This record gives sequence, C-alpha cells and structure tokens, in this order.
Amino acid sequence: MIRLFAVLMMIAPAFAQETVVAGLSQTRVAITAQFEGSEILIYGAVKRSAPGPKGPPLEVIITAEGPAMPVMVRSKDRRFGLWVNTGAVRIDQAPSFYAIATTAPLAQVLTETEDLRHRISIPRAIRAVGVAAENLDAPSYTTALIRIREASGAYGMREGAVTLSQDTLFRADVALPANLTEGDYRVRIFLTRGGAVIDSLESTINVRKEGLERWLTNLARQQPLIYGLLSLLIAVLAGWAASAGFRFLRA
Amino acid sequence: MQIYLPIAEVSVNIFVLLGLGGIVGFLSGMFGVGGGFLITPLLFFIGIPPAIAVATGANQVVASSVSGVLAHLRRRTVDFRMGLVLLAGGLAGSTLGIGVFSRLSAAGQVDLLIQLSYVLFLGLIGTLMLQESLRALRRTTRPGTKPRRSHEHLLVHRLPLKIKFRTSGLYISVVPPILVGALVGFLAAIMGVGGGFIMVPAMIYLLGMPTKVVVGTSLFQIIFITGFTTVMHATTSFSVDMALALLLIIGGVIGAQIGAQVGLKLKAEQLRILLALLVLAVAAKIALDLLLQPAELFSLTPVRLP
Repeated sequence: MIRLFAVLMMIAPAFAQETVVAGLSQTRVAITAQFEGSEILIYGAVKRSAPGPKGPPLEVIITAEGPAMPVMVRSKDRRFGLWVNTGAVRIDQAPSFYAIATTAPLAQVLTETEDLRHRISIPRAIRAVGVAAENLDAPSYTTALIRIREASGAYGMREGAVTLSQDTLFRADVALPANLTEGDYRVRIFLTRGGAVIDSLESTINVRKEGLERWLTNLARQQPLIYGLLSLLIAVLAGWAASAGFRFLRA
Repeated sequence: MQIYLPIAEVSVNIFVLLGLGGIVGFLSGMFGVGGGFLITPLLFFIGIPPAIAVATGANQVVASSVSGVLAHLRRRTVDFRMGLVLLAGGLAGSTLGIGVFSRLSAAGQVDLLIQLSYVLFLGLIGTLMLQESLRALRRTTRPGTKPRRSHEHLLVHRLPLKIKFRTSGLYISVVPPILVGALVGFLAAIMGVGGGFIMVPAMIYLLGMPTKVVVGTSLFQIIFITGFTTVMHATTSFSVDMALALLLIIGGVIGAQIGAQVGLKLKAEQLRILLALLVLAVAAKIALDLLLQPAELFSLTPVRLP
C-alpha cells in the first residue's frame, strides 16, 4: 500500500500537476436579423499544486468549432473545351467553422502524435474516413476544402493570439463571423509542455436563431406549405401595393 | 447595414438586395420578362447558396409580375384567354420539368445542363430577336420598302380547335399556344426561371401576337408559373428565404413601376433590341464561365441531411 502510494507520488507530478480552469464571456449567441457576428472572450488560469516544473515552457491552444456536416467537394476539368465538374469526393464530417488560437507557432507547441490524438490542427479536424480508397487524388480535395473555407473566413489559425501572463493567466478572443450556422459550438482549451498535452477542458457555446429568424425557420421546416403560400401572398400583396401606390402618386 | 437571412444563413447588406431587386424589377416592367434569368445569377454572385437563389428568385418574380400586370390591366393589354391557354400547357410542362430536374440532379451534372441550356436558349433567342428587330427598325426608318403583311396564313391558322382571342385580334387553334406554354414551363423548371424571355419571342414570332399585348399576357402567365414553382420549392427543398424575398420584392416592385413607364416611351423595336442585347449579354457571361479556366477549380456543396 505504502509502496503503491510512493509510485503514485512519483508519477503524479509528471501528469496532473497543472490543470486548466476557464470561462467564456458568453455561452449563448442569439442570431437575430441584425446579427453581425460576435466576439467571444475565452479566459482562464492554470491551477497548480506545486510550482511549475523546469524545462519546456507552458503553452496554451484554444480551438472553437462549429457543428460538423458532410460536404461534397467537386473539381472541374476541361472536357471538349468546356470546364465541367469531373471529380467529386464526399467529406464525411467537416466543421462549418473552425478557429485555432495558440501562444506560439503550432509546430512548436504540439507534436504530430498529440495532434492526431486530439484532432487539433485544421486538417485533423476534418474527418474523411475512407476517402482515400474512393479517389486516389483525395488529399487535394481536402486541401481545397480548407483553402476555400480559409478564404471565406470560416477556418483560421492565429498563432500567437493567446496571451499567457506569468505562466498562469491566459486569454484569447474568438471572432464568430456573421455567416454563422446554428448549433452547438465546441470550445477546447489545451495546455501543453514540450509538445505534449498535459490538460484540456471543453465547453460549448449555444448558437441559436431568435425572434423573427427563429419563427421563420420553424415555419419553413414544420409547415412548408403554409410558408410557401405565405411567401406567395406577400409577393402578390407587395406587387399590388406598389401598383396602387404609384397610381396614387401620379394622380 | 447588414441583415442575417434566416434560411440562407448568410449575412448580406440590405441596400445591395434592394438595389438588385430594383434593377431586375425595372427590366421586368420595361420588357415584360420575369427577370428570373437575371436575379438568379446575380444572387449566386453575392454569395447566396444556389438552391436558395433559384427558389427565392422565383418568389421575387411573382411580385414584380403582379405589379407589372396591374399596370397593363389598366391599359387593357392583357389577353386573359390566351394567358389561361398558355398557363394550362405551362403547368403540365413545369411538372414534367421538375421531375426531370430531380432525376438529373441525382445523377450529377445538373449544373452543366443548366448552364448549357442558358447559353443555348438565351443565345438563340437573343440573336433571332436582335436580327428581326434591326430589320424592322430599318424598315420603319427607310420608307419605300414593302411592309410586312399583318395577316399571313401560318400553321396556327390551319390546325383544329380554333378560338377567338379578341384582345390579340387573333382567330387561331389552341394547340400551338398550349405547346408553347408546355415548352416554356418545361424549360422554366429546368432553368429555374419564369420563362418570359422565351415566352415573349414565341408569342410574337410563333403565334403572331401584337407586341403591346405580349408583355402583359406574358407577365400574367409568369405569375402563376413562378407562384407554382415557389410553393414547390418551399415544400420539397425548404429553400425559399422569405426575408431575402421581401427585400428583393420591395426593390423589385418599385423598379417594375418605373420600368413600365419608361417602356411606354420607347418604340416597340427599340424595346426589343434592348431586350435582345440584355439576353445576349447574359448568355455570353455564362458561356465565358464554361470556356475560361476558373480561378478555383474546386467547389463545395453542403450535403443536406434527410
């Protein structure tokens, strides 16, 4: 018993000696008609039972990801002088939004093995199981997906965007764009030393449409016929109102 | 000022949408085309997902057509009987077209089909109209040439089931209008447009209707075709965005009224030349997209979960 305790005491400092505690400035985002994007502050501290160990410095990685959805990536090629879709690869799960913020360049703060285990970097966050068997050129489709989403601002890596003070307090801002999909956004915080993850924490941000947006979405999904006829009615009324209004103005 | 569109899940500038609606409405009121062939590519351009652009575009066309038709009603330039005959064919053609469309999209390559049919039909009709209107314009400006006979005996006079279309001043068989309506309805469903740009020349050149009546009658028929399409899209693919439609409509109905006034001041030949040039410009733009190497060879399509 005493021997086991001694072993545990020896192991413990190497692992669970530093833990992360964190909070978000908001855990709910309401999408209303005027929604223009939202900035979320992620802050936290490193809790220690003893002074931090010597050796590689403490680093923090923060990721925020939107709901994952399947996406079809198509590629064009020239056939008979026309540019047409020739190839297609279905990516099983790709987050609709993915942002990474780190204290230093990702290659320095995370090893390949740890990245593979925790799926932290952008290429790892995209799940494309069995794609390689389907198409020999699959990697170029995945890179295209990342390239297009990075260009639109849906994916992004900001190395050095997390500020860590006195090896204890950290904070980072994550900007959610205006073109946001509804769902639960997962926020993950990793503490690393020498490229190895020593602790992590997960939290969610609930992104929901509200007010008129919520009402319209529900109506369109649950009562599509009424929604369609209502759209039609609005169109007819607007057309009539404009005609009547202009006649009144001229009279 | 940005607005978040609930169904498209995209945030866009309100004034861009009002402006787009206004431009398309203006052309719609002036030429009697629904404007679907313009609004849909323009919506793609500002980043609205294609399925939503097609469905919402149809909804917008309903409003601008109602506004335009009311202006024509007061001038008594709508042939209701002809409109209903065309519509009967149109609904049948459109139902068939929606079936073909969904089968082709399941097989892939539906984008190519849409683009090719745009280039083919817009190009063909634009060229024919431009040629004919230029010839007509030359005839009116240069006196002494032989005027065209107004009562030529075409195929439409020889088929059975003749009906009197008083507003158009025609006594022809119902078979050609039903076939024209069906063809337009079919193409409209495939191309996601109202079909005015096909209907207007078909009425002038195939049925021999007077230009003034053609615009009002075409708009009358477009209201029902696009209304049908809107409800079909809303119930099958949930792709009508009411907020987007409303903004386009507000711009569109105002534009349509101004367009109808401007249209009255122009000569019929000039109107047709302008419409022909517009149709050709859209066809050329789509043809270039097919012929030139795109900057990004890859494209993303979200897979909709059932």
